[in-house]
Amino acid sequence: MHAEATTVLSERIARRGVRLISAVVLGFLIAPMLIAIPLSFNASTYFSYPMTGFSLEWYGTILSSPDWRRAILNSFIIGAGATAIATALGTLAAIGISRPAFPFRSLIVPLLISPMIIPIVIVAVSLYLVFAPLGLINTHLGVILAHAALGTPFVVITVAAKLMAFDRNLSRAAAGLGASPWTSFRRVMLPQILPAVATGSVFAFATSFDEVVVILFIGGTEQRTIPRQMWAGIRDQINPTILAMAGLLTVFAVILFLFMDVLRRRNSADA
Amino acid sequence: MERISLGRAKNRVDDLQAGYRATRRREAWRAFLLVVPLLVFLAATFIYPIGKLLLLSVRSDEVADAIPRTAAALADWVGPPTLPSPQTFDLLAADLRRASDQGAVAVAGRRLNNYEAGFRTLLLKTARQLPATSDRPYSEVLPEIDKRWGEPETWRLLKRAASRDTPDFLLRAIDREMTSDGSVVPVQRSQSVYLDAFARTFSISACVTLISLVLGYPVAYLLATLPARQSNLLMIFVIVPFWTSLLVRTTAWYVLLQPNGVVNSLLIKLGLTGAPVALMFNRTGVLIGMTHVLLPFMILSNYAVMRGVSPLYQRAAVSLGAHPVVAFVRVYVPQTLPGIGAGTFLVFVLALGYYITPALLGGASDEMISQLIALQMDQQLNWGLAGALSVYLVLFTLAAYFAFNRFVGIDRLRLG
Repeated sequence: MHAEATTVLSERIARRGVRLISAVVLGFLIAPMLIAIPLSFNASTYFSYPMTGFSLEWYGTILSSPDWRRAILNSFIIGAGATAIATALGTLAAIGISRPAFPFRSLIVPLLISPMIIPIVIVAVSLYLVFAPLGLINTHLGVILAHAALGTPFVVITVAAKLMAFDRNLSRAAAGLGASPWTSFRRVMLPQILPAVATGSVFAFATSFDEVVVILFIGGTEQRTIPRQMWAGIRDQINPTILAMAGLLTVFAVILFLFMDVLRRRNSADA
Repeated sequence: MERISLGRAKNRVDDLQAGYRATRRREAWRAFLLVVPLLVFLAATFIYPIGKLLLLSVRSDEVADAIPRTAAALADWVGPPTLPSPQTFDLLAADLRRASDQGAVAVAGRRLNNYEAGFRTLLLKTARQLPATSDRPYSEVLPEIDKRWGEPETWRLLKRAASRDTPDFLLRAIDREMTSDGSVVPVQRSQSVYLDAFARTFSISACVTLISLVLGYPVAYLLATLPARQSNLLMIFVIVPFWTSLLVRTTAWYVLLQPNGVVNSLLIKLGLTGAPVALMFNRTGVLIGMTHVLLPFMILSNYAVMRGVSPLYQRAAVSLGAHPVVAFVRVYVPQTLPGIGAGTFLVFVLALGYYITPALLGGASDEMISQLIALQMDQQLNWGLAGALSVYLVLFTLAAYFAFNRFVGIDRLRLG
């Protein structure tokens, strides 16, 4: 009886402990967004509470500054270009590696996901080395190609994971009914893997959207993206404008999160 | 009659087998063809550039290109304590005269400065003061321009730098150098920086991984065991930071951790400290910033595995008399090892290559190896050393990868 009581007690303590730690950790994760970002509405330039007054001045500065507007535009142009390449090449490759007959799997799969693992500075320095003689330094094309390479593993992994669950009999049935491989792909396989392709492309876009080291090395002033512009700002003299940009990006992150949640639901509903 | 049909059947089986093998080969080819576009793309934008950088760690072409004939002559010279032959002096004079128009001397000089400061100046000065013609041997003229040409050590360094294949960058990246007798020794204490930087990179990565595991495991456990509705709600606290830009999060910490920032004013208000504590531009800032960025990877990796762990085994252990803590440690935790492995690997490998967060939140004594690679390339223009440091960093990353693949399996790596 006594042993059981201590068991129940220790279990309760353990459960409380887990909850307490989780509360602290989740607080730690969300704190920067909840506490720092509101300071972008502060009327003064100080980064501390209490705020001296509410102001949208810093957000206005972003919209009126040509530097920030160019950065926002660049982020979307480069992100879109890189995502298009990464999604097309990554989806094709995922279809290849998820076929049972795929050869040299243990050799090629690590190669395909290596852009995710190799330290980004090494990638940036290497690209400078090769892109400089080709005239790809300080060009949008150079940055797009680099970001596309970094984004492909995310597409490959998400699409391949979905294809592992794909019922190949459906493709066989389509072929048996006279569909060409292309029609079979378009009408049978693609609708099934589309949510996964979308998920992968959002990952690829986020990778490009967040990337700053490669741009530091191979991009020029004309290729400055949002994170690159923020980096320059923090290095120079941090000001509330950067925090306002951080606020906009947080809103963007929440939108991405909601979008991904919708995709996740569709993904699991189809499976 | 029977024999004939048996033979025919055997032929048929052989045909079928051959046909099957051909089909398999064709299918393998078709599957492979789908991957070819990505392979070609990655080969051009990723594998080739990195291979080229890594190869630079054993290449040294600048000096040999600038003074080719001297380089060839020096290859035959046995080295100190004697000086090279007088012909070598003549060849150097001729090479310098020819190269000085092309600016290659400056490039070679920069490379020589890796060995000894002032070598570039010596080379440029010699090229400038070289008489157009001379009736005296250059073995007398050159030491008059600078007496260092009379010292065998100068020529030894020139010979080392003029060799196209060199172990020197790979040695330098681990604070070693080769002496005149060919033995490898540690460099002077004052110049020894890279081993410390590797150790620092390791310890920061290990710290961040450990902190993330200790903090992330309970959270993943709670999320995996709560009812779906509550768990999905709490998941927002993990996923929204995960989707938020690295720069945003680093900026936020940059603001919060300032001497007169929110965290410090809170600490003072709570009476925990009288004066502001240094929370950034030091190790504390780096650890806080990196843990914040990498913790979601740990939580999500563990959560993915824990969701599939049945609570029945743990309950069975308890009903058979095991203490709940024992049941948790001996029954539950082993079932989550793949998650722990995946999270630990991801966080550690990502931390090894960190650049942005330590650069913004760390101080001079928190430089990680990525920052030193960037420095070599950006400011020192020492590509060989940047390549050599990259070789070691890639090797460590690959070692972590293979260890992970061996013990956990790369298939365990899932996103979202």
